[in-house]
Amino acid sequence: MKVNVYVTLKPGVLDPQGKAIHHALEGLGFGGVADVRAGRFIELDVADGTSDADLDAMCAKLLANTVIENYRIERP
Amino acid sequence: MKTAVIVFPGSNCDRDMAVALEQVMGKAPAMVWHRESELPDGVDFIALPGGFSYGDYLRSGAMAARSPILRAVSDAAGRGVPVLGVCNGFQVLTEAQLLPGALMRNAGLNFVCRTVPLKVENSQSLFTAGYGAGEEIAIPVAHHDGNYFADAATLDRIEGEGRVAFRYADNVNGSARNIAGVLNDAGNVLGMMPHPERAIDRAHGGTDGLRLFEAALGVLA
Repeated sequence: MKVNVYVTLKPGVLDPQGKAIHHALEGLGFGGVADVRAGRFIELDVADGTSDADLDAMCAKLLANTVIENYRIERP
Repeated sequence: MKTAVIVFPGSNCDRDMAVALEQVMGKAPAMVWHRESELPDGVDFIALPGGFSYGDYLRSGAMAARSPILRAVSDAAGRGVPVLGVCNGFQVLTEAQLLPGALMRNAGLNFVCRTVPLKVENSQSLFTAGYGAGEEIAIPVAHHDGNYFADAATLDRIEGEGRVAFRYADNVNGSARNIAGVLNDAGNVLGMMPHPERAIDRAHGGTDGLRLFEAALGVLA
C-alpha cells in the first residue's frame, strides 16, 4: 500500500529555502508569486493494514520534527 | 575519569574534539562508533562532534538521533553525565529531544564559516564556569543549519531558567534571540553551534574554547 506523507514547515516558521526559490522565480521573470514555502514529500510503501496509529507514529517520531514541522498523511 | 567522543558516519570534527579532550585531560578519549549500543564502562564525559552525520539526510542530526548509541547517551545524560554537543552534535541533541528547539537552515542561506564574538550568558554551568558573566569570547562557527528556533513560550522558559549558555554578539544565522548555546534543565547537557574545540591553541588564532573544556572536565577531576 502506497502512503504519501507531506511534511511542511509550521506557519510562522521562517523558510529561507522557500524565500530563495521565490527570489529565483522572480529572477526568471515570473511575476505575481506572492510567497513560496518548501516542504518534503515522502512516499511509503507499507504493508496493507498498517494502522493509522503506526503511520502517525512514524511521522511524529522520525519523518517530521514537530518542533518546526507539520505533517499530513494521505492514504489511498 | 574517562571521556568519549561519539563518531557517526559523516562526523568530521571528531578528531578535533579528541585532540581538545586529550590536551585538557592528558588522556585520549574513547572513540565510540554510532552502531555501538553501550558506552565504555565508567565514561563521565560525552562529546557529540560536528560534521554531517548521515549526510544530513532527512534533517541535520535526525538519523544520528535515532542511532543505537544515542539511547546510551540519553540514559547517561539522565544519570547526570555531562554531554557536550557541538554544531552537528547540537543538532543531534535537539533531534533526540535532549535539548529544546530545533536548528534550521541559516536565515541568510549561506554557510557561515568565521570566528564570531559570543556573549557568555550563563557563567554558572559546569561547562561555562571558567568564564565571567557577560564576558565576550571569540569562537569559530562553521555551519549551514544553525538557525535556532523554538516557540516563544519555550524561549521565555529557557531564558527564565538561565539555560541560554551563549548568545551571538552579532546574529550570524537568524537564531531566535541570538541563542548560540542551550543547556538542558539539569544543566548537564550543553548544545552549541560554535566550535570551542577549534579555539584551544594559539595556532588556531585564539584559545577561548579551552576554558569550556577545563571547566567541564575540571569539575569531574
